[in-house]
Amino acid sequence: MTARLLVIGLALVFAASYAAAQVGADKRRSGYQDMGEALQKMQDDDTANPGMLFVQLGGQLWNRAVGAADKSCADCHGDAAVSMKGVAARYPAIPQGSDRPVDLEGRINLCRTEHQKAEPLPPENRDLLALAVYVAHQSRDLQIAPPYDPRLDAFRREGAEIYRLRQGQLNLSCAICHDDNAGKKLAGIVIPEAHPTGYPIYRLEWQALGSLKRRLRNCLVGIRAEAWPLDAPEYVALELYLMQRARGLKLETPAVRP
Amino acid sequence: MRVLVLLALAFVAGPAVAQQPAPPVVPQIVDDSIPRSLTGRPGDAARGRAIVASRSVGLCLLCHSGPITEERFQGDLAPSLAGAGSRWSEGQLRLRIVDGSRLNADTIMPAYYRIEGLHRVARNFEGRTILTAAQVEDVVAYLVTLRD
Ligand code: HEC
Ligand code: HEC
Ligand code: HEC
Repeated sequence: MTARLLVIGLALVFAASYAAAQVGADKRRSGYQDMGEALQKMQDDDTANPGMLFVQLGGQLWNRAVGAADKSCADCHGDAAVSMKGVAARYPAIPQGSDRPVDLEGRINLCRTEHQKAEPLPPENRDLLALAVYVAHQSRDLQIAPPYDPRLDAFRREGAEIYRLRQGQLNLSCAICHDDNAGKKLAGIVIPEAHPTGYPIYRLEWQALGSLKRRLRNCLVGIRAEAWPLDAPEYVALELYLMQRARGLKLETPAVRP
Repeated sequence: MRVLVLLALAFVAGPAVAQQPAPPVVPQIVDDSIPRSLTGRPGDAARGRAIVASRSVGLCLLCHSGPITEERFQGDLAPSLAGAGSRWSEGQLRLRIVDGSRLNADTIMPAYYRIEGLHRVARNFEGRTILTAAQVEDVVAYLVTLRD
């Protein structure tokens, strides 16, 4: 009898510590894992992934001299597979001589204006997205690794506040859907955890490549909140927070999403 | 797949349906219910069913499921609406739609007839309730018919 109780007791202790270990395990899921098999295959197969066409276009633009400086990206950065490897995994970041973070597209536009002496490309412009997807593709399969930079803390905090703010006519926050109800179905659509693992993405609904900002705007419009203009700093703050939240997950660029 | 894409579009695009500018009536809350019709007239259950089913007007099936079989894609963030009329009185259902936060302060269910206490509402929806008083009554009339 006592022996039996002891066995049950031990079993309970083991069960408890096993459960504790499970809590520590990383359960975060990329949006990729919430997609159907057909879409996963499309993303995995470079000949079927529509985003790869933009990666190719980006590769051509990388080598094209533009602007008053008549310089190409390659003139300064050489082989992107070497110089751009890991860069997207640690953006947004604060450029030298500035005190505000920029996202990858913002960084590319800085090189256009400062180094190529060319006009900045407007948000969601095809060439800008192609360059961004080409640069980000060089980090595919690398872990998201936000930089250690205390100057970013205030911006991350701002992003976290926006993420938790109930907003819009429907009075919902990002956190309500993407933290509290991730994995559940919103009118039949599985709510993903909102990890920015694959941007720019090829989204079937858009029939186009689009930035994280465009995706975030879609969510804001869905809850009938006022969407900031595409060049607003709020998107950079949100991206900083989302990248921190996704630290360690692998980049998939170019991802395919429904 | 195709259907899902269309659904996502509907969720994202939202409607441009204009509601009236401000609630013209102040709902009279008694305990946990609003006993009297917001319009002074009973609603229409058939119209209410259409509002509940609509992804751009009622939005209910984003979160809820319900006995509306032609809508294949329903939500599971909230309990099924089936049997709501047995569980709650008409007045309780009215308060639940007008402002569910009176029943559960942390509820994620939007207040369908309230304009205060909201942040960063899109300009085309600012100062407008999600449903009009008449639409609230139609929805209530439909929910009352949902008996186990
Ligand atoms: C009402 C629930 C809801 C709210 C609120 C919401 N979203 Fe979403 N979000 C979704 C759904 C559903 C999808 C997936 C849509 C699809 O696949 O068509 C999504 C997709 C995303 C994605 C894409 C993830 C990927 O795998 O690429 C990101 C990032 C995101 N949301 C961030 C946000 C942020 C930030 C906010 C707050 C500003 C927000 N969302 C508010 C429901 C919501
Ligand atoms: C004239 C030289 C020059 C050209 C041309 C140029 N860049 Fe740059 N780029 C730089 C320098 C220098 C830096 C380092 C940051 C700084 O001080 O501006 C940089 C930084 C970057 C970074 C950030 C790297 C990091 O580690 O944070 C990216 C991404 C980038 N460039 C992309 C591009 C792209 C894409 C193009 C072409 C559209 C381009 N650059 C054209 C000189 C150039
Ligand atoms: C954003 C998600 C969401 C939307 C949209 C929504 N609800 Fe709800 N609703 C909930 C949740 C969650 C509950 C559970 C109680 C709570 O948390 O307050 C609930 C509870 C209810 C209840 C009480 C259920 C019961 O029997 O206990 C009724 C009735 C109801 N909702 C009707 C509606 C109707 C009708 C609509 C559309 C006009 C609607 N809801 C839209 C989330 C939602």
